[in-house]
Amino acid sequence: MVMLTLRGVGVTLGRRTVLRDIDASLTAGMLVGVVGPNGAGKSTLARAIMALVPSRGEIALDGRTVSTLRRPDLARQIAYLPQGQTLHWPLTVERLVGLGRLPHLGPMSRLGDADAAAIETAILRADVADLRHRVATQLSGGERARVMLARALAIEAPALIADEPLASLDPGHQIDVMDLLRDQARQGALVIAVLHDLTMAARYCDRLILIDEGRLIADGSPQQVLTPDHLAMVYGIDARVDMEGAWPSIIPMGRRHL
Amino acid sequence: MMIHNLRGRMLLLGGLTLLMAVAAFGSLLLGAVPLPLHRILAALAGHGDSVTRTILFDLRIPRTLLGLAVGAMLGLSGASLQGFLRNPLAEPSVLGTSSAAALGAVGALYFGFAQLHALMLPAMAIGSACLSLVLLFFLAGRSESSLTLILAGIAVATLAQAGISLALNLSPNPFAAMEIMTWLLGSLENRSFDHLWIALPCIAIGIVLLIWDGRALDALTLGEDGAIALGVDLRRTRLRLMLGTAIGVGGAVAVSGTIGFIGLIVPHLIRPLTDRSPSAILLPSALGGAALLTLSDIAVRLIPTTSELKLGVVTAFLGIPIFLLHLLRERRLW
Repeated sequence: MVMLTLRGVGVTLGRRTVLRDIDASLTAGMLVGVVGPNGAGKSTLARAIMALVPSRGEIALDGRTVSTLRRPDLARQIAYLPQGQTLHWPLTVERLVGLGRLPHLGPMSRLGDADAAAIETAILRADVADLRHRVATQLSGGERARVMLARALAIEAPALIADEPLASLDPGHQIDVMDLLRDQARQGALVIAVLHDLTMAARYCDRLILIDEGRLIADGSPQQVLTPDHLAMVYGIDARVDMEGAWPSIIPMGRRHL
Repeated sequence: MMIHNLRGRMLLLGGLTLLMAVAAFGSLLLGAVPLPLHRILAALAGHGDSVTRTILFDLRIPRTLLGLAVGAMLGLSGASLQGFLRNPLAEPSVLGTSSAAALGAVGALYFGFAQLHALMLPAMAIGSACLSLVLLFFLAGRSESSLTLILAGIAVATLAQAGISLALNLSPNPFAAMEIMTWLLGSLENRSFDHLWIALPCIAIGIVLLIWDGRALDALTLGEDGAIALGVDLRRTRLRLMLGTAIGVGGAVAVSGTIGFIGLIVPHLIRPLTDRSPSAILLPSALGGAALLTLSDIAVRLIPTTSELKLGVVTAFLGIPIFLLHLLRERRLW
């Protein structure tokens, strides 16, 4: 069971302080949503956890500071799905998903049976079996998102960070991806997803972290975090918030003019 | 599926090795003096007449082996740089070390050191390439980004080319300038085993350093963050790439002069025959580069011209159709 602890985490890029004093303790089995307006520091938080940007304070995975872990060790512990779907070479889907096994391989070793099994499982879970021989750069946005997710699942890491996994997906594919992330959490992984769709965040996430201007505004259940007051303060909107019953929804009504 | 992939790869490597062997044999067979096959075979077997032996061992064998080694280095370096920089137009000269090696050689010609000893020119070329590597490290710093590397490479290349222009400009007479120009066109003519022994260690080091990072190059398909998050130490990858290219290509240019386009076009010729992942084209590009450069060097000897055609000229002409093909594909005309 992994546990991710953030204590007083801050990030300064150039002269701009992007994150300050973030405290959170996240445990396995949870689907954690990170929400907040554009430029709030959500992606920077994800990148700081992956030690892709230098940070202050402490980010520890099971008590060990992430920035001191060897790269392959961190890669085996936390799978990272970056924002956007950068693909520089036209690899086949199977080959692309196979990249997820890199952290498990020595410098000259080939993919073994365990790797092949992990790739197969990831392909089936992300429902991309019929795409396996296609060239990934020629897929539609929705197909590509699922393939990228399969690549992250193939790592078989106990934690997964997905930066805007729903961007540019239609409602059907959004539900597919969120189902898969929740399923991953139910199987015992810690899943952190940066999200913009507040209704999706409310319906799927066990816990939400609301960030604005680099500061932690609220941390708790969707009911606690997605209050009309918070939404007005952070997003500057009036929203109709319905958290009752099985299908919570947040409908933005209009800009709030302060 | 895995077996099928492996078989395809073996077929490709086998085919390229065969092509390379045929090219090498052709290179032994063809030259200014026509030698019949049976005399060459006799000389290779250890007997035969002394003229054949001299031509074969002092001229054609070193020339052939150098062609293979230089071609392999240029092909591999091109494949490796295209993968690392994620740019299909990258080639061995982007880091500036081949221009720097050329500047060292031009310096040897300009100041007359080249006349002191046959190996003075390649030695100065390699020295200059190593100096440029120090400059490259200084300029590119410790960052992991590929853009800083390209910018630093352009700075080094521009400086070296300015130095070459200066040497041409200040040449005391047209013959001295002509000597420099001729060397810059690139050739494997009249190279001895001494040239081979000076280039081969550099090329061997270069090949080992560049072959190492196939997997990191694959991971870079996902961008720099994506690769680091998959456990790739980009800083070390970049270090190996810089050292391998500088030492290997520096050594190659030192004996052959600047031979363009091999490093650029070979990866493009190989890529469609593989699954297009950067690691899959490394070794085939080395074999393909060796074959293509040796074949070009045969063409140099076969095309009838009053003075021998220079190798760099032939490879430049080879580059044009490949570029056009790429352009057409980009414009989706087929």
